Amino acid sequence: MLYIKCPYCGLRAQKEFSYGGDATVKRPNINEEVSSEDWDNFVYMRKSPRGKHIELWQHIAGCRQWIKVQRDTATHEIFQTAKVTEEIR
Amino acid sequence: MSQPFRLNKEGLINRNKKISFTFNGKKLFGYEGDTIASALIANGIHLVGRSFKYHRPRGFFGAGVEEPNAKLQVEFNGHSEPNVNATEMELVEGLSATSQNCWPSVNFDVGAINNFLKMFFPAGFYYKTFMWPKSFWYKIYEPFIRKAAGLGVASIEKDKERYEHKFEYCDLLVTGSGPSGLASAYAAAKNGAKVILAEDKPRFGGTLLTDDVSIDNLSGKDWAEKIITELKSMPNVTVKNRSQVFGYYDHNMLVMFERVSDHLEKKSKFTPRQRLWYIRAKETILSTGSIERPIVFGNNDTPGIFLSAAAKEYMKVYGVLVGKKPLIFTNNDSAYETALEFKKNNVEPIILDTREEHSSELIDEAKSKGIDIRFSHGVIVANGYKKVKSAKIGKLNKDKNSFEKIETIDCDCICVSGFWTPSVHLASQSGNKLKYEEKIDAFIPDKKKQHETSVGAANGSFTLEESLKHGFENGSNLSAKITETKTEISIPNVNEKKYGAHDKFWCMPLPKNENPKRFVDFQNDVSVSDIEIALREGYRSIEHVKRYTTLGMATDQGRTSNLNGLQLVSNIENKIVPEVGHTTFRPPFTPITIGTIVGREVGMEYMPTRKTPMHEWHEKNNAVFVDAGAWKRPRYYKQGNETLFEASKREAKNVRENVGICDVTTLGKIDIKGPDAAEFLNRVYTNAWMKLPVGKARYGLMLREDGIVMDDGTTTRISENHYHMTTTTAQAANVLSHLEYYLQIVWPELNVNVVSTTEQWAGAAIAGPKSRDMLSKLYPDLDVSNDALPFMGYKEAEFFGVPSRIFRISFSGELAYEINVKSDHGMFMWEKMMEVGKEFGNQPYGTEALSTLRIEMGHVAGPELDGRTIPSDVSLNGLVSKKKDFIGKNSLGREAFNVESRQKIVGLIPIDRKSSIPEGSHIVQDQNAKLPNPKLGHVSSSCWSVENNNPFSLAIMKDGKNMIGKKFFAVSPLKNKSIEVEVISSHYVDPEGKRVRS
Ligand SMILES: [Zn+2]
Repeated sequence: MLYIKCPYCGLRAQKEFSYGGDATVKRPNINEEVSSEDWDNFVYMRKSPRGKHIELWQHIAGCRQWIKVQRDTATHEIFQTAKVTEEIR
Repeated sequence: MSQPFRLNKEGLINRNKKISFTFNGKKLFGYEGDTIASALIANGIHLVGRSFKYHRPRGFFGAGVEEPNAKLQVEFNGHSEPNVNATEMELVEGLSATSQNCWPSVNFDVGAINNFLKMFFPAGFYYKTFMWPKSFWYKIYEPFIRKAAGLGVASIEKDKERYEHKFEYCDLLVTGSGPSGLASAYAAAKNGAKVILAEDKPRFGGTLLTDDVSIDNLSGKDWAEKIITELKSMPNVTVKNRSQVFGYYDHNMLVMFERVSDHLEKKSKFTPRQRLWYIRAKETILSTGSIERPIVFGNNDTPGIFLSAAAKEYMKVYGVLVGKKPLIFTNNDSAYETALEFKKNNVEPIILDTREEHSSELIDEAKSKGIDIRFSHGVIVANGYKKVKSAKIGKLNKDKNSFEKIETIDCDCICVSGFWTPSVHLASQSGNKLKYEEKIDAFIPDKKKQHETSVGAANGSFTLEESLKHGFENGSNLSAKITETKTEISIPNVNEKKYGAHDKFWCMPLPKNENPKRFVDFQNDVSVSDIEIALREGYRSIEHVKRYTTLGMATDQGRTSNLNGLQLVSNIENKIVPEVGHTTFRPPFTPITIGTIVGREVGMEYMPTRKTPMHEWHEKNNAVFVDAGAWKRPRYYKQGNETLFEASKREAKNVRENVGICDVTTLGKIDIKGPDAAEFLNRVYTNAWMKLPVGKARYGLMLREDGIVMDDGTTTRISENHYHMTTTTAQAANVLSHLEYYLQIVWPELNVNVVSTTEQWAGAAIAGPKSRDMLSKLYPDLDVSNDALPFMGYKEAEFFGVPSRIFRISFSGELAYEINVKSDHGMFMWEKMMEVGKEFGNQPYGTEALSTLRIEMGHVAGPELDGRTIPSDVSLNGLVSKKKDFIGKNSLGREAFNVESRQKIVGLIPIDRKSSIPEGSHIVQDQNAKLPNPKLGHVSSSCWSVENNNPFSLAIMKDGKNMIGKKFFAVSPLKNKSIEVEVISSHYVDPEGKRVRS
């Protein structure tokens, strides 16, 4: 079970979180024209990297905030966590 | 009754307390502190089971977790447990143990014929033998394997015991209380760290209990006791015996299995039997010690053959002799300690040492005590079927592959030592790639992957001095980093015997023309020849050899067999062991009970139960409940001998004719506030929301970004910047997360807050042509006329003195209202409604009637919104705005979503107007067509239309409305039914929606 540092609540067990996918995907702006290729990429296309991956988790049984987690998909090592408004480099 | 193999004084058992038990029906006794194994050996019993494949007689081999053979079916404290390790299970009064895998008895086992039919059971015998003919599988092979395979019998009784889970956090977890573990825990505790020390066995101390050493002028045992006593007195230390740390998971979470009360004769009702600990440790010390490995020789599985350290443990801990004419067969010095212990108890051992004559502290001591030592010697084959009677021994030539001399000598036990294998299981589970240490012919941990540090024998250090030093140093340094306190501790003076070098010898050669079985893996009956066959057949990867031969795959995880197996493979392959590599270690290290894994999460505690504030009323009025997620909802209210069908028909009919009330508390409710709330709803829903006036509700449809319908419900504008959203019961949690996702991540610029208020409001729907009359009685001071409170209208008013919200919305398709009051007032509201509704013929209705009402109206719900349908599939395209953007809009243009023949919602009625159509039925053109019969759609929801008094179903069907008027078959192979149906509109009742507006 992973141990995830919520930027609001501190270290909490994975049980309290739910996974939300790639955090680097940006939704096309609302009310703006978008090509169907860009739209399909947004909806369907995800990379599945082995190694570092910045992803979204929601602290569902805690503060209910969505957060960013930089995790190694092979080893589960977590390098950094951040609020969604912050950048992970 | 005497115990012929019990020593008079030696041992740590309590001789003042006798414990009686039975073994295979025979009454025996032992002492408090015995294991089943030590008590049986004390009684001279060695034959305890039959082997897995060949049904060969088997006895005890070890004295703890390493035991491969002695697995018993044990009945105690009122339950029966299979595969109990006799070397670990403590004796309790009244315990009854029986042998497994033998029929009719362990002494005479019919299956032993397999031993003489060896040619049928070579490596991979399952794959080879049971392949053909195919027709034999079901009737002959499968029952045979079932009977022959497996060990004990699982109980079919419900487990009445209590099991618990515990979550714990600590600075340092120490796994094992041998010298290095004690030292680590002590040093860390002195630094103020929060320490958990876990010991698998009932007694703390590990090898300190059996080794002839002294620390600071105390015996090993006394020193261990002193340290443990001090640790127990410290508030920052938790000391646990009978607790096996069996798994090392991500982010330094370890899982421990505690045997809380299996050893107790009496316990309180609330004492759990076993407990699972989830321990999140900042640092972990792996002081798991090492396990002696055997030397392979002929018939090395005969009862009476022991690991040498186990024989010593039986003497020193249990006061039991494993035999009175022992042969000690060794390639190293440690077995000399066993020999000396025998000698101390007036038993004359003979030592066979594979090494050439040389001297060391222990050898010299043995010599000086007059022990018969034969160098360059080894056991070739053990004689005796159910117990060792003698051994053919040989003097090895210099090449160690042939014999100078062979003779047979009498013995009643053979104690074998092939040197020591560090227990690296937890280190390996943590992700540590192991490295091969040639000095000890075994793997030890390499670079750390997590916060784990292996110390002592687990790290390949086999001297006490080194183990203590590493323990103190690592315990101190690791904890000091956490507590920022460092207490100086002087490392104690140690007195121990110096060991000479061991012999890299692990398998005894066979003389020409002799071919006894030489087992590598006892529990799975894997012999040297099985591994040779696998390699001859071309298996190379150690992982493949393992699976083909089943080497190391039994419950003992190859604790005594892995390295010998690797040696064998590397010898045949002409490789060195590190090139062959090792197989993966996986949790659990030792078998644990299913009960412990489940813990308290059984029955009522399996998941939380959500009850509405009116639950008690429903219960009192014969409601039959149905689970809706964690909620309990009334499915119907049973009157007399009514069936579900009859009751739901009555309830639905009453709504159509009079008025009914339904508990709708379980609907998801989300409070939405903020100046941008309207804009947010406008983006979330497919329809327009910018112009909804205050005091009005609107039906809304929500999509996922891929265009699939996610949820539907009504949202009401309570005030300028305040909305009340409802969701379906099932999607409530998902919708909230969905809204939070967009507010927090995608559109943080929107000033909106959302919060779940599902639990804050109790809800009741009043539906039926007489609902307005009833409402006017409930709110005598309120104008509830169609003009004052029209369809989709909203009002706040006092309900007999308590605040309430009235929504004129309808799921049943009738004139209907939903009243919300604060949860605390829910029961009050419901009872008032029942009282006031009497004169209008009001009856409560459950989810079954609710379904009937919505199905015949063609209102979609979960079965139609099944994650595959877009709005136009379910006739909701009228709610999709063409003018504005919203979540999922761009996906609706996808080609496949706009194909004319796409499956869409329709209604179905049976041609005979009588046969109910099973939900899930497939719609086909020709019921007799050749399989696979082309499927045109499926039946999503079915009901008995109370309006038209015949069955009616909703279906999702190819070509949708274009099919209206055509006839098909709804076939359900599951129910063996085929019903001829006609396609009609999905709106079977009141298609214009007049009633809701009336
Ligand atoms: Zn949080």
